[in-house]
Amino acid sequence: MRLRRVAAIVLRQFYLLRGSPARVLPLFAWVAIDIVLWGFITKYLNAVAASGLNFTATLLGAVLLWDFLVRVMQGVTTAFLEDVWSRNFLNLFAAPLAISEYVCGLVLSSIATSSIGLVIMLVLATGVFGLSFFSYGMMLVPFLAVLFLFGIALGIVGSAVVLRLGPAAEWFIWPIPAMLSPFAGVFYPLSTLPRWMQYIGRFLPASYVFEGMRKAIAGEAFSPYLLVLGACLAAADVVLASWLFVRVHRYTVRTGLIARYSAESLG
Amino acid sequence: MPDSVLSATDLRKIYGDTVAVDGVSFHVGRNEIVGLLGPNGAGKTTTINMILGVLEPTSGRIVIEGVDIAAHRLAALGGTNFAAVYAPLPGNLTVAQNLRIFGLIYGVRDVAARTEALLDQFELAGFRNMKSGALSSGEQTRLSLAKALLNRPHLLLLDEPTASLDPASARDIRGSIREFAARGEGGVLWTSHNMYEVEEVCQRVLFLSHGRILLEGDPRSLPREHGKATLEELFIAVAREPLSLERS
Repeated sequence: MRLRRVAAIVLRQFYLLRGSPARVLPLFAWVAIDIVLWGFITKYLNAVAASGLNFTATLLGAVLLWDFLVRVMQGVTTAFLEDVWSRNFLNLFAAPLAISEYVCGLVLSSIATSSIGLVIMLVLATGVFGLSFFSYGMMLVPFLAVLFLFGIALGIVGSAVVLRLGPAAEWFIWPIPAMLSPFAGVFYPLSTLPRWMQYIGRFLPASYVFEGMRKAIAGEAFSPYLLVLGACLAAADVVLASWLFVRVHRYTVRTGLIARYSAESLG
Repeated sequence: MPDSVLSATDLRKIYGDTVAVDGVSFHVGRNEIVGLLGPNGAGKTTTINMILGVLEPTSGRIVIEGVDIAAHRLAALGGTNFAAVYAPLPGNLTVAQNLRIFGLIYGVRDVAARTEALLDQFELAGFRNMKSGALSSGEQTRLSLAKALLNRPHLLLLDEPTASLDPASARDIRGSIREFAARGEGGVLWTSHNMYEVEEVCQRVLFLSHGRILLEGDPRSLPREHGKATLEELFIAVAREPLSLERS
């Protein structure tokens, strides 16, 4: 892997962001709105509920972590879609650029863009609504790491879907996080779900993070084994997603789809 | 073919029941400009896409500078570059940004100096900070050619490079490409529908029809050899009566 080629992919995203407020604003605007909205909801719930449950830590913390995952995924897919929108595939894939270098560039771009969203969310959640990350303890770092890996995997899968099905398929990838969130138990324990949904939830690395988060806030013991399981699932998802992307790329080269990408299909 | 920069052997591409390229074999020598001619749908772009590694041949072999592209894609493409009217550089980046990014991807050593030299060569220096999408089609073509020469390729593929240029700009571009082929170590595979241009630039032409090479030779003598007055007449004959030429 040549770092200069990876850097070129990242540099392209930097140039695009630097010259376009329309690209910079979404990096933090939607997550900021989410945090403000949920911040006031949790404040209200803390005032009226007699349960003694700290809604700020449970609900607002869950929103923050879920939004981080979504930003990571969209960081990958948006960087990929920039090449779709500018019809740049022929220039890129006819160049000496390995698929691993290209995907690595997308992931590094996502780290940069999702970090901006994370910082804004942390500042708002802690500074305005008093969310204390001390309540998560040292678990915060592995929580973020697992969500980051899962977000990367989802972003690569989303990119593979668009590569395979054509530019119009981008509308398939935006709802992916919303479709997964009920199964991941973002706002409630997995045990709340019907059994069939629990089975699906157990395959989602994010569900281990949110189960762990709730236990950490409640001061209950959470088996590190479960978090390791979540991390292993997330790492496996990244490997599987990368494998899928490579397979789809090979398919597009074999069928000629990549050379005539705007046609969407060759049928 | 020891001094070939490109060697294509028995290339074939089949889509379902359609044979797009049917057993094509040719080479491009060092310092040589070879014209790949033929009517629309003859298989020119399919052949170029296979050489660029964005389309897998159904069968056959492509070797660039001694490197088999199927086995060592990155090494083969490292010494290759291309310009095509249907592959403009991203319009939302400036001229200089595009050249810098592709300079990095192609492993150009001193990208900044190389970019400056190409901006001067293709008279793009005044547009360096302009978004590529805001350039005229002729300026975009010059930018694509500048990108195509970034890595001083040993194999340069040009798919109708002067299609959107005015006659004066087209002549300048032809001059640049001829100079590239004469002075450097590269060879050029050039497609064009402008037969005047092909006669002026190419040392050798290959006529493709229905995915097969029908004729091959010097563009200045080939028409006479087949009873035609000009290369354009020969082109029209290839397009309309390929079977009669196949028999001749």
